[in-house]
Amino acid sequence: MDATTQQFGVMETEFRAKRASGRKLLVPYITGGLTHWQQAIRAAADAGADAIEIGLPFSDPVMDGPVIQEASQKALDAGVNINTIFDEARDLDVGIPLAVMCYYNTVHHAGHRRFAHLLRSAGIVAAIIPDLPLEESGPWCESADSEGIETVMLAAPTAPDARLPRIAARARGFVYSVGLLGVTGERQSLAASATELARRLKAITDVPVLVGVGVSNAAQAREACGVADGVIQGASVVRRLMDHGPDAVGEYVAEVRRAIDA
Amino acid sequence: MEEPSATGRFGEFGGRFVPETLVPACEELEAAFRDAWADPSFRTELDDLLRDYAGRPSILTECHNLGATLGLRLLVKREDLNHTGSHKINNVLGQALLAKRMGKKRLVAETGAGQHGVASATAAALLGMSCKVYMGAVDVDRQALNVFRMKLLGAEVEAVQSGSRTLKDAVNEAMRDWVANVAESHYCLGSVMGPHPYPWMVREFHRVIGTEAFAQCHALLDGADPDVVVACVGGGSNAIGIFSGFVDTTARLIGVEPAGGAAVGRGIPGVVHGMRSYLMQDEYGQVQEAQSISAGLDYPGVGPEHSYLASIGRAEYPCVTDAEVIDAFQMMARSEGIIPALECAHALAWIVREAPTMQGQVVLMNLSGRGDKDVNQMMEILG
Repeated sequence: MDATTQQFGVMETEFRAKRASGRKLLVPYITGGLTHWQQAIRAAADAGADAIEIGLPFSDPVMDGPVIQEASQKALDAGVNINTIFDEARDLDVGIPLAVMCYYNTVHHAGHRRFAHLLRSAGIVAAIIPDLPLEESGPWCESADSEGIETVMLAAPTAPDARLPRIAARARGFVYSVGLLGVTGERQSLAASATELARRLKAITDVPVLVGVGVSNAAQAREACGVADGVIQGASVVRRLMDHGPDAVGEYVAEVRRAIDA
Repeated sequence: MEEPSATGRFGEFGGRFVPETLVPACEELEAAFRDAWADPSFRTELDDLLRDYAGRPSILTECHNLGATLGLRLLVKREDLNHTGSHKINNVLGQALLAKRMGKKRLVAETGAGQHGVASATAAALLGMSCKVYMGAVDVDRQALNVFRMKLLGAEVEAVQSGSRTLKDAVNEAMRDWVANVAESHYCLGSVMGPHPYPWMVREFHRVIGTEAFAQCHALLDGADPDVVVACVGGGSNAIGIFSGFVDTTARLIGVEPAGGAAVGRGIPGVVHGMRSYLMQDEYGQVQEAQSISAGLDYPGVGPEHSYLASIGRAEYPCVTDAEVIDAFQMMARSEGIIPALECAHALAWIVREAPTMQGQVVLMNLSGRGDKDVNQMMEILG
């Protein structure tokens, strides 16, 4: 498909329009099935989130640090599964795009076509699968494309220059620019690799570039947005939900919103 | 045994399902291994270490007493006699030499029973590298002796508290470490599992077991092959090592899994730890916890080449219960004066159970490790 005829998906269309209007994009991550997760999503949407990333809990989350591991385990212990999460996601109606972040075995086990269909039926428009790299993504992307699900690709600081355009070419919705070498979680400062990779990506693609992993507070989000089109906020959001409840999520998202709008 | 496909597949199993951060590292490792494996100087250096440091070749022992009891000829490949007490040293020396050649200064390893951790710590000490070993907290408790051995060897051991706190969680934590420290660290994976090129590379490093055993059997049996080749399977490294010598013969290949960790026997294809392979999982694809008396086999997955060998019917993967294993462990000690690792007692347990169907046959078993590490645990079980 050449660029002039390409039809962007729901999320990418919105993100491109918002970017064109000068707005930075803010995507909070919330572990699906965690106590009060739906309220947290509503609070985040009301506070100015541009999309929500719903984490599907998995037994072996190798890209996640302690906070999201704990959230994932809590949700699993409470008995949630993709059916319960999708049923509850369907009722959200928050007016911004919903994406899932899930490990590949969840997709593989359900079957590519079936999983893509389940997402669409639940009103979810995009998928982020951190252990499905470009070379293994073909069969899933084919099913996702045919169901209109946008597959967000991740780019890491370790990628050689020649790899980035290939990742960007396969990315739908946005490119997830991994902020550092490491797993999800909060850090004292934004790694230099975060802005460096975002800059490399911005130079080779017009797909929106969002920085995630290790963007830990409003100031770091603002710093990342100096280069990138937006940020994903994971552990900082999930920790607030677990420790203080959904209102704290809303307050935090509002704080980050103000910082990146300033 | 062949090389996997360009995408690291054995049939429909294998692959490279890793976070994007690790893709360049896997590519670099594959290229480095290909280059080293084709380099006679690397091969010579490794062979010298295997001979002069690890004590290869390991001997082949015929267990006459057990053979007479069971009505068959039982040949045992003595990987328990290698330095550090198991077959794990073959792979670790290979990977540590390769890591050094790649300019890495730090080894990261996971361990279940502690044998791979001890071997990794040993290689790191020998080659002047630092070593961090991740071990499930449950295993740290039941394998205290090996934990102390690793510390004596200068390694740092971290007890993993997440998930089921056993081998699979140790692999998760080692992968997280690798993601964070990929530039200076090599992930010294302990079995024929994980993302491409590990299943292939680790097999090549263990191929020496099968090559030696094949020649030793031929010498002993006047050029004949054994009828059956048996090994225990967790990830499957010792099994693939000995199978590699006999896959082109007519010998039956038997990989024995624990009843509580029967990935091939009770799993369906899934993707975890970088590979597509048989995997014990629930109806939503959550990985299930393995439950076995043996820390080294407490793994819900299996190396992809085993899944392939099972899928084409070349190898069989039966399972045995903890009770059968405890009996076999004692039987080998009393009949042969050999205390086997609990892992290898699984292989013997299957032989004991199936002996009536193998009367007069020659059965080759890989005795992949010695049982010293299990003595405390057995003392508690047997009172």
